[in-house]
Amino acid sequence: MARMVTTRNKVISTTAAWLVGFLIFFPILWMVLASFKTELEAFAIPPSFLFFHWTTENYVTVQERSDYFHHALNSIIIAGGSTLIAMLIAIPAAWSMAFSPTKRTKDVLLWMLSTKMMPPVGVLVPIYLIFRSVGLLDTRAGLIFILCLGNLPIVIWMLFTYFKEIPKDILEAARMDGATIGRELIYVLTPMAVPGLASTLLLNLILAWNEAFWTLNLSTLEAAPLTVFIASYSSPEGLFWAKLSAASTLAIAPILVLGWFSQRQLVRGLTFGAVK
Amino acid sequence: MKNVLCAVAGAASLLISAPSIAQTTLTVATVNNSDMIRMQGLTSEFTTKNPDITVKWVTLEENVLRQRVTTDIATKGGQFDVLTIGTYEVPIWAKKSWLVPLDKLGADYDVGDLLPKIKDAVSVDGKLYAAPFYGESSMVMYRTDLFDKAGLKMPESPTWDFVVDAAKKLTDKSGGVYGICLRGKAGWGENMAFLTAMSNSFGARWFDEKWEPQFNSPEWKKTLATYVDLMKQAGPPGASSNGFNENLALFSAGKCAMWIDATVAASMVTNPKDSKVADKVGFALAPNTGLGKNANWLWAWSLAIPAGSKKVDAAEKFIAWATSKDYTKLVASKEGWSNVPPGTRTSLYKNPDYLKVAPFAKLTLASIDAADPNKPTVKPVPYVGVQYAAIPEFQGIGTQVGQQFSAALSGSTTVDAALSAAQSATEREMKRAGYIK
Repeated sequence: MARMVTTRNKVISTTAAWLVGFLIFFPILWMVLASFKTELEAFAIPPSFLFFHWTTENYVTVQERSDYFHHALNSIIIAGGSTLIAMLIAIPAAWSMAFSPTKRTKDVLLWMLSTKMMPPVGVLVPIYLIFRSVGLLDTRAGLIFILCLGNLPIVIWMLFTYFKEIPKDILEAARMDGATIGRELIYVLTPMAVPGLASTLLLNLILAWNEAFWTLNLSTLEAAPLTVFIASYSSPEGLFWAKLSAASTLAIAPILVLGWFSQRQLVRGLTFGAVK
Repeated sequence: MKNVLCAVAGAASLLISAPSIAQTTLTVATVNNSDMIRMQGLTSEFTTKNPDITVKWVTLEENVLRQRVTTDIATKGGQFDVLTIGTYEVPIWAKKSWLVPLDKLGADYDVGDLLPKIKDAVSVDGKLYAAPFYGESSMVMYRTDLFDKAGLKMPESPTWDFVVDAAKKLTDKSGGVYGICLRGKAGWGENMAFLTAMSNSFGARWFDEKWEPQFNSPEWKKTLATYVDLMKQAGPPGASSNGFNENLALFSAGKCAMWIDATVAASMVTNPKDSKVADKVGFALAPNTGLGKNANWLWAWSLAIPAGSKKVDAAEKFIAWATSKDYTKLVASKEGWSNVPPGTRTSLYKNPDYLKVAPFAKLTLASIDAADPNKPTVKPVPYVGVQYAAIPEFQGIGTQVGQQFSAALSGSTTVDAALSAAQSATEREMKRAGYIK
């Protein structure tokens, strides 16, 4: 018999969920509000929540001073490109490790993850020298390459975990029916793994979009994505919170919209293992 | 149809016969300070006069810029042609041959017009390695109305005793007014800029002539104890996380009776658009203890050319334009005299138009003159720099020490414990770097 859920419990749990959601969302809301304040109001103590002089002058200043669309286009190309390439490499890798594991599979997986344990700044100078020698400094291709490498371990791990949840018997049954590897991958594995693939893709896209170490250090002008755009609004001498908030709001807008529309896939993918 | 053909042919012949101009693109790396943003906006004035040069800007946060530029210059990456650097970097980078000496700034540049202290700070062995874009020292900014109300009169060169007494008298915590606002946020360029300058006025020094750290000296103890005690009694709450911008906001909102910080703040706190106390601000030299040194620093954001640049001639042309007397006039004609970059040229401080709109000009100049990067302390030191020691290790050490002092201010450690931790951390780093055994 299903457990009875009283109205009171429902109200409490719904309120609690909204409260936690609001708490998590609050910094973003605060940033958006600050982007509509004047610099002095953005810094004011005690801060005003809604009753301040609303202004869009920060957005006008940001538009005048920077080429937002150039940076946004770079972000889309770099984050999108690195994610797609990482997926193309990771799907066969995770598939082979999940369905034909060897004695060393676990070691290989751990080794991959270990590359994420080193702080990136430790290899900044060697990478910078290599990029300089091969002419990759300040190029989108260079950033796609480095972000793809950086996120590859996470993508492989995530996909490996999803693939492992898929019963081998189903694939074997397909093989018994005479399916080739290609057909097995496309018609049997993919439909079952779609939520996992989608959430991995989205998470990787968000990680690449937000990556701020390599993108700041390896790009100058031509390939500079939105992270560089944001970094140009922090000032050591002079108030900047309102303009920085406007720049940040513009920078997260595309990924926020994407996340909003694909949240169902994201949640389904992330809880895939638990609800099968 | 015939007409169209003729027009196309004519246009083509014009295109062919037009002299082809080889374009040089300069990439300028800079920080997001209002004077730099203004320069960015005026770039077209330069490119109109120099049609063969295109200027592209990379604006970054100060620490990101420092990391980015250091990586590029150390690896000879050649990504930048003009760099915005501070007086801290100039002597270190010039000695490593990372910068191109600026000896072709043109006959009408008038190097002799640069303020002598600022010129010294960006020169090594008499050669100019960077051209100062704007310079600053630090001074006391105070509320004339609150001083009048309390019956106090700020001397032009106050002592620390006077400042401490006045701060305590002017504090009205229930009314939300604090006697003094000072930097407390940890960092070599944050609280340590202020505290190092303050320690100079108390007769302290970072290192003795043999590079031995001196945090165990009575002078440093007096400096830190005075600072912590003053801030506990007369400072705003949460001061250990306040830097320049936080204090600027507090002072502009009328919450501080005094603020000791960069002279460039003077134009911000007297600007009625951003400051509620614009017409009630007075200025004085940074305090002293009668030992001959005031607690003021010296800094100049300057333009330099990295050794890896392949466009040195164009870069030098741009630097000469951006730091010239004509540039000052250009800013004045477009945005008014109060917006010209301050603190680099003697002629500016003799200009009646500037003096009329800048009530702080006289004290800014006096403060810059009072700081000597080559002889910053009462006792002799082996280093150059007023609020820093110009050695590559200083950034790391300064920030570690700054964290200890910030902790002493927040009360999570004592003054003695902070000084002893600062001493051992500095000793360790200096031994590792080979200055001492």
